[in-house]
Amino acid sequence: MSLRDQLTEIKEKGLADIEQTNDLKKLNDIRVHLLGKKGPITAALRGIKDLTPEERPEVGSYANKIRDAITVAVADQRQKLEDAALDAKLASEKIDVTMPGKPVAQGQPHVIQQIIDQIVDLFLGMGYEVLSGPEVEEDKYNFEMMNLPKNHPARDMQDTFYISKEILMRTQTSPMQARALEKHDFSKGPLKMISPGIVYRRDTDDPTHSHQFHQVEGLFIDEHVTMADLKGTLITMAQNIFGNKFDIRLRPSYFPFTEPSVEVDVTCFNCMGKGCDVCKHTGWIEVLGAGMVHPNVLDMAGVDSKKYGGFAFGVGPDRFAMLKYGVDDIRDFYLDDVRFLNQFSKRGN
Amino acid sequence: MKVSYKWLKKYLDLNLPAKDLAEKIERTAVEVDSVTVAEDGLKKLVVGHILSMTKHPESDHLHICQVDVGEDEPLQIVCGAPNVAADQKVIVALPNSRIGGNVKIKRSKMRGVESQGMICALDEIGFSKDVVPKEWADGIYVFDDDVPVGEPIYKYLGMDDPIIDLDVTPNRGDMLSILGTVHDLAAIYDQKPTIKKPVVDEDNSLDANQVIQATADEKLAKTYKLRVVEGVKVAPSPSWLQIVLWNAGIRPINNVVDVTNYILLKYGQPLHSFDKDKINGNIQVRMAAKGEKLTTLDEDKHELTTDDIVIADNDKPIALAGVMGGFNTQIDESTTNVVIESAIFDSFRIRKAAQRHNLHTEASQRFERGINPDGVQDAVDEAVSMIKELAGGKIAKGTVTATEYHPELPTIFTTAERTNHVLGTSFTTEEIKNIFDRLGFSSEAHEDGLNVTIPARRWDIFRDADLNEEVARIYGYDNLPATLPTGRQSIGILTPTQKLQRASRTALEGLGLTQAISYSLTTAEKAKMFMMRKSFETKLLWPMTQDHSVLRMNMLSGLLDDVAYNHAHKVNDVALYESGRVFYKDSAEQIRPEEVEHMAGVITGNFTSPLWNNHVQPIDFFQLKGIVNQFLLNLGVKGDIEYTATDQYPEMHPGRTANISIHGHYIGFLGQIHPRIAKKFKIKETYGFDLNMQELIDLPKDDDQYKPISKYPSIKRDISLVVDQDVTNDQIMQVMNKRGGAFLNNVRLFDVYEGENVSDGKKSMAYSLTYVDPRETLKDEVVNKAFEKIKKRLTADLNAEIR
Repeated sequence: MSLRDQLTEIKEKGLADIEQTNDLKKLNDIRVHLLGKKGPITAALRGIKDLTPEERPEVGSYANKIRDAITVAVADQRQKLEDAALDAKLASEKIDVTMPGKPVAQGQPHVIQQIIDQIVDLFLGMGYEVLSGPEVEEDKYNFEMMNLPKNHPARDMQDTFYISKEILMRTQTSPMQARALEKHDFSKGPLKMISPGIVYRRDTDDPTHSHQFHQVEGLFIDEHVTMADLKGTLITMAQNIFGNKFDIRLRPSYFPFTEPSVEVDVTCFNCMGKGCDVCKHTGWIEVLGAGMVHPNVLDMAGVDSKKYGGFAFGVGPDRFAMLKYGVDDIRDFYLDDVRFLNQFSKRGN
Repeated sequence: MKVSYKWLKKYLDLNLPAKDLAEKIERTAVEVDSVTVAEDGLKKLVVGHILSMTKHPESDHLHICQVDVGEDEPLQIVCGAPNVAADQKVIVALPNSRIGGNVKIKRSKMRGVESQGMICALDEIGFSKDVVPKEWADGIYVFDDDVPVGEPIYKYLGMDDPIIDLDVTPNRGDMLSILGTVHDLAAIYDQKPTIKKPVVDEDNSLDANQVIQATADEKLAKTYKLRVVEGVKVAPSPSWLQIVLWNAGIRPINNVVDVTNYILLKYGQPLHSFDKDKINGNIQVRMAAKGEKLTTLDEDKHELTTDDIVIADNDKPIALAGVMGGFNTQIDESTTNVVIESAIFDSFRIRKAAQRHNLHTEASQRFERGINPDGVQDAVDEAVSMIKELAGGKIAKGTVTATEYHPELPTIFTTAERTNHVLGTSFTTEEIKNIFDRLGFSSEAHEDGLNVTIPARRWDIFRDADLNEEVARIYGYDNLPATLPTGRQSIGILTPTQKLQRASRTALEGLGLTQAISYSLTTAEKAKMFMMRKSFETKLLWPMTQDHSVLRMNMLSGLLDDVAYNHAHKVNDVALYESGRVFYKDSAEQIRPEEVEHMAGVITGNFTSPLWNNHVQPIDFFQLKGIVNQFLLNLGVKGDIEYTATDQYPEMHPGRTANISIHGHYIGFLGQIHPRIAKKFKIKETYGFDLNMQELIDLPKDDDQYKPISKYPSIKRDISLVVDQDVTNDQIMQVMNKRGGAFLNNVRLFDVYEGENVSDGKKSMAYSLTYVDPRETLKDEVVNKAFEKIKKRLTADLNAEIR
């Protein structure tokens, strides 16, 4: 048998062995055996000295090819075995992905906070600033400067918690109108503000009354602000808070600090205007009060009512939340049952 | 104000369903509470004629009636009413009829006798007991003789008349009358109703001013008038008048009192009738004297105060002016001579009197909101004419007038341009003039606008803004354009404080706490728990309940109420925070409290719900501390956060509470709620914190500054030391941080151990120290040197045994 044939035989046997091996250690043994100094290739090559000088390089090169082929075959087989081992491991690691994930603590904003933030963000976008004021307020700001002098019958519309004769729990966020008007420098630009906050009424708590609730006051005063602007602003608010399909309508009403005064209705959530029990078959639900700021309010705050005017509105986020989600008891907002609170977890609504 | 649609139709041409009219009123004038037709829901109620009546053999109060209901055969009906009698015309509920309260009437047997229906009392067919006349209060109703048998009853009781209940705003007192409503509807529908002035048929032989004199203080009664009718015969009113009254929610009394109430409804002018013969001498309008008493018509006794206006005769009060008449001078069946009062009382004093005596009457409601000064005489004139018509007698010549007031009618200048400037409309002068014409406001061209004269009946209008409203509502708010403001620009941006408050809410939510909103008003006891500073309490003068009577001086107690509510509803795992205000007063004399923003939170139960492998994370002090600490880090307040053990809060666990300060500023505390307090609130082991958010807002913040991260490897060394039990982590950390050398970058406690192999009174604590040099690779020798120094200091300063 020629040396070349010997090498070919070694190769063929070696490759067959490699292919049949299914054990990484054995594979390594084969590699070491075949390619090692004591291996058959080395042994066979000892016979190279008997060849002619012409034959030697050819056989040498052939031997190298065989070495390479074996190396490659070993690598391939190793890859194959490793893949198989990994597949087997992965198969054994299979889990039930439908089991629940590990609980992570995540809190939520209060639903009323969510409504307030939506309103605030909308008006920030329209160039309003956000102001906050005292909850314990002077009679002067809460009533007198809002055109409700001491013996005004409309004071009876709002039962008040008094701290003293002159100090009270604010019954509305409207005193922020007077406070903002007093401070504002109209030479610097229009007064555009919203003021969210807690207000208090001397009411017995029941499903529709709470002695503590929220309001967001809005005020826009400049040289030329119209009631049509008020209407447009309120439509924008209704459609942003509730959705594009919602419309508003204005009805005459009475607030001592606005003239004209209007109640604002929005399309009924329940029937989308068709008429149902919720809206008493009118298709509309009352959501807020608004109007053109009364000249007395401007004058009392030292703003020239002949030159400046504009609109104000007061929104009840509690009522908004009740309507938007169908909550039928206002007290739920202040009991802080975590099951109740965690329902309102969708962001970006 | 319950307005009869039929009554309105006497003045106006209205051919639309009452519901549509109500809608129009609501969109143009005042809110409408309801539109009701009394007959709605009733079925098969007819006029019956009792042909004969016998006693029920098995009963001492039941009667067996044969009742003609217009059919071939009379019906046999058993009736137990005490006033039932043969030959009466009565309300019959036929078999299978429906009466008030949605009750169905069927044929039945009553003690063995068949009854084919029911003879009804008014309250049985839906009338409120408050409006049923006394004579029919305890029995069935009996019709006038001329009512046809077999006919449905509704129109004979006014039950077919739609009643529109107006919720009149305080400014529209004029709408508390039929005529006022007619005027407004006339403007809305552009009609010109005819309203007749009353003509009085006076008897010249009798002079009112000879019969009685009256004096009044103008401050109490701007107008005070009396008229006299003598020789009346008091009797029940005719049914048409009774119907008008009960449909308006007023109980018919007799033909004199009913007339005064009818005039009140029609004109909005409250009248009062006195029995002239019960008055001793003359009439005086004055303030009540101290100690005077009056029994009002409802037979309630009132102690009068010196703030009450009374009508008095020579020796006693005979009416609480503008609120209710006195029992001592009331009209009764024997009355023959009457004095009718028509006046304008001071609205503020009437309002206060109504509140003081808890007597809110139809009269007081109207005096509070204002009276048309030009209608006072008409009202009393029409009243005496009607009394004469219904009760006979003669009307004394003239009116006794103590005071009289006719205001100068206001004239307001307005222009189309100004109206458009406010409303955003584009009216011409002609168009707004047309609206004023419809309202019955006369106007004259003046310069570039109009001088508008307001009639006395609209005392709510006295400046151009008021006119704008009239124009807007009559034109219709639906027709108003909708625009967004143009003009000078402004930037809407949150202030740094507002941004920080928002960020702090988001941070706490990210840390697992849900936002709560609890009540600021609480009990006196809860208000002063968990006090972070000395403060006096702020109390309400007249709280509704003691539960909400004092302003909180801490945030935690409200959150504990929330935990209690959750526990009571079997929710054991609670993690809440609240951003709100507490109210502090530095002295008892201070009236208005300082309002300070606080941020508080509570956790109890498991912080997360248990996993399927039963892994739970029950909360403890360090869970809460982790949350609070991360929260404070997020705020980026400049300076170190320090926690100091404290037992200063009686409501906190004395061994598990820490005061928190940043850079030496006390900002609040955290810890376990004292078990005694937890028990009081009925809550489980709970941890909480209360922070002065205002302080956190005000403290200087770390600017975001870039520090390069070292590219050179760090070296770690662990150290385990045994120290006395009372040596704190803080003490150890201080030593290490102070003596750690320039390259000590981080120290982390990774193990605490007590027990076996550690002697009593000692504990083992293990720390991992990381060293980094930002400029070059640290050498072991450098670290070793620094590490040895720390060991030495720990041994020297804290008597630590290094293991």
